[in-house]
Amino acid sequence: MTDVLNAIVLLGNFVLVPGLAYGSQLALGALGVTLIYGILRFSNLAHGETMSFGAMITILVTWLLQANGISFHPLPTALLALPFGIIGAVALCLIVDRLVYRYYRQQRSTSSIYLIVSIGVMLITGGLIRFIIGPGDRKITDGERFIIKARDFKEMTGLNEGLAIKTTQGVTVITAVSVVAFVFWFLGRTRTGKAMRAYSDNEDLALLSGINPERVVMIAWIMTGALATIAGTLYGLDKSFKPFTYMQLLLPIFAAAIVGGVGNPIGAIVGGFVVAFSELIITFAYRKVFMYLLPDEMAPEGMIQLLSTDYKFAVSFVILVIVLLVKPTGIFSGKLL
Amino acid sequence: MTYLAGEMMTGGYGGADILHECSIGVDRGEIAVVVGPNGAGKSTAMKAVFGMLGLRTGRVTLDGEDITSLKPQERVLQGMGFVPQNQNVFTTMTVEENLEMGAFIRRDDISLTMKQVYALFPVLHEKRRQPAGELSGGQRQQVAVGRALMTQPQVLMLDEPTAGVSPIVMDELFDRIIEVAKTGIAVLMVEQNARQALEIADRGFVLVQGRNAYTDSGVALLANPEVRKAFLGG
Repeated sequence: MTDVLNAIVLLGNFVLVPGLAYGSQLALGALGVTLIYGILRFSNLAHGETMSFGAMITILVTWLLQANGISFHPLPTALLALPFGIIGAVALCLIVDRLVYRYYRQQRSTSSIYLIVSIGVMLITGGLIRFIIGPGDRKITDGERFIIKARDFKEMTGLNEGLAIKTTQGVTVITAVSVVAFVFWFLGRTRTGKAMRAYSDNEDLALLSGINPERVVMIAWIMTGALATIAGTLYGLDKSFKPFTYMQLLLPIFAAAIVGGVGNPIGAIVGGFVVAFSELIITFAYRKVFMYLLPDEMAPEGMIQLLSTDYKFAVSFVILVIVLLVKPTGIFSGKLL
Repeated sequence: MTYLAGEMMTGGYGGADILHECSIGVDRGEIAVVVGPNGAGKSTAMKAVFGMLGLRTGRVTLDGEDITSLKPQERVLQGMGFVPQNQNVFTTMTVEENLEMGAFIRRDDISLTMKQVYALFPVLHEKRRQPAGELSGGQRQQVAVGRALMTQPQVLMLDEPTAGVSPIVMDELFDRIIEVAKTGIAVLMVEQNARQALEIADRGFVLVQGRNAYTDSGVALLANPEVRKAFLGG
C-alpha cells in the first residue's frame, strides 16, 4: 500500500504539479495567440517576444524595487512589478499595431502577409530585448521558495517520496485561474467583450451594428499584452528568465492554441494543459514508479523513459502534426472567439 | 417626397457599372419590393442605398436630406437598418446577445425594444439562450430582422429575407414584415419570390440589367401582362 502511495506521490511531484504550472503558463500564452487570431485573423509569431518583453520590464522594475529595499515577502517581488510589465507590454503592442499592423489592415492584407510581418516584429522585438537586458540567464525569484518542502512532506506522511510545491508553482496556478476567469467574464458578460466576440464572429455584421473595429482591435492588443506579460513573468519566475527560451516557447504555445482549436479561448486553456502534460508524461523516467509498483525481482533496469527531455519540443511538434492530420480545427472546432 | 430614395444611381464594384440610372424608394409605413431576374442588380441597388457601394452619379436622400456621402455605420445612426442576405446573424452568440449587439449604438435602456421584438417573434424568446447558429433557417431570418429592429430604425432594408426558407415560413415572415410596416417603419426589400412579394407591396420596382424596367404599385405590376409574362411566369 505504501508503495502505491509512494508511486502516486512520485508522479504528483514530477508530473502533476509541474504540469499544472507549465500548463497554466502555456494556457495563458495560447489565450493571447488565440485572441489575436480571433480578432485580427493572423497567427502572431511575435507573441513569444511580447511575453519576453513584458517579463523583462517586470524584471527591471523588480530590481529597482529590490534596490530600494521593497519586497513582497513571502511572495516574489516580481508580482509587485507585474503591473508595470503589463503597462510596458501593452504599450509595445499598441505602438507596433499603430506603426506596423494598422498599415496592413488598411491594405486589407491576407493573413500570410500578416504572418510574415509578425516574424519581422518578433526579430526586432527580440533584438531590442537582448539589447536592453542581455542574452544571459537571470534568476528573479525571491521570497519563500516552497509552499511545501519535500522533506516536510516526508516527515508529515512518513512516505519515502516527497511532494514539493514551489511558491512560484502555486502563484502560477492561482494567477492563471483568476486571469482566465476574468477573461471569460469579460468576453461573456460585458458589452465590450460581447462586441469583441461579435466582431470575431462576423466582421461585416459587427460593422453594420455600429461596432467600432479600431476599438475592438485596440482592446484585443491590450488584453494580449497583459496576458503575455503574466504568462512570461510566471514562466520566468518558475524556471528562469532567458530571452531565447521565449522564442522556443512559441512552439508549445502554438501547439496548445491549435490543439484546442485556434480562436477558441476554452480550447487554448485545454490545449495548454494537453501539451504540458504530454511533454512531461513522455519525457518522465518511470523507473522508480515501476520499482514501487512491481515486485523486486521484476524491477526494471533501464530508465523507462520514452523520450529524453532534450526532445521535449518534439512532443509539441508531434501533437501539432497529429492534430493537423486528424482534426485540423482542433478539439473545440475553433476559428471563432 | 419619398422618405428614403435612391435617385438615378449609377455605379458598381469598381469595374463596369452594374446600376444604370436606377431609382428606388419607399415611404414610411409602406413596403417597397425590388424584383427582377438574376443579375439584375437588385442586391447591388440595396447596397448602393445603404452606402456599401460607391456611386458615380445619382444620390440617396433620407427624409429630404442628402446622405450619399455617409458611411453605412453613419446611416445606421440616421435610423436605417439593414439585414444582409447571407451571414446575417452572429452564429456563435445567443439569440439574446444577437439582439444586444443590434442595439450596440444605443446607450439607453433596450429592454422595451427587446420585448417588442420578442412579441413580434415569440419563438425567439423561447430560444433566447441558444446560439443563433443552431436555429433553423426561418428562425435565423427572424433573429436577423430582430437584430436590425433593435436600433429602432425608421427604415428597414431586407435583402432576400425569405431566401432558403419553406413556403409556410415565407408566408409567416411576410406577415411579420407587414406588421413591422404597420408600425410606421419604411420597409424596402429585395425578393426572389416575386409574385408573393408583390402581393404585399405598396410599391414595386422591376429591375433589368441595372435599369428600372417597370415601376408601379404591387397590385398594378401583378396585373400588368408584360410583367406577368416576362417575370412572373405568365
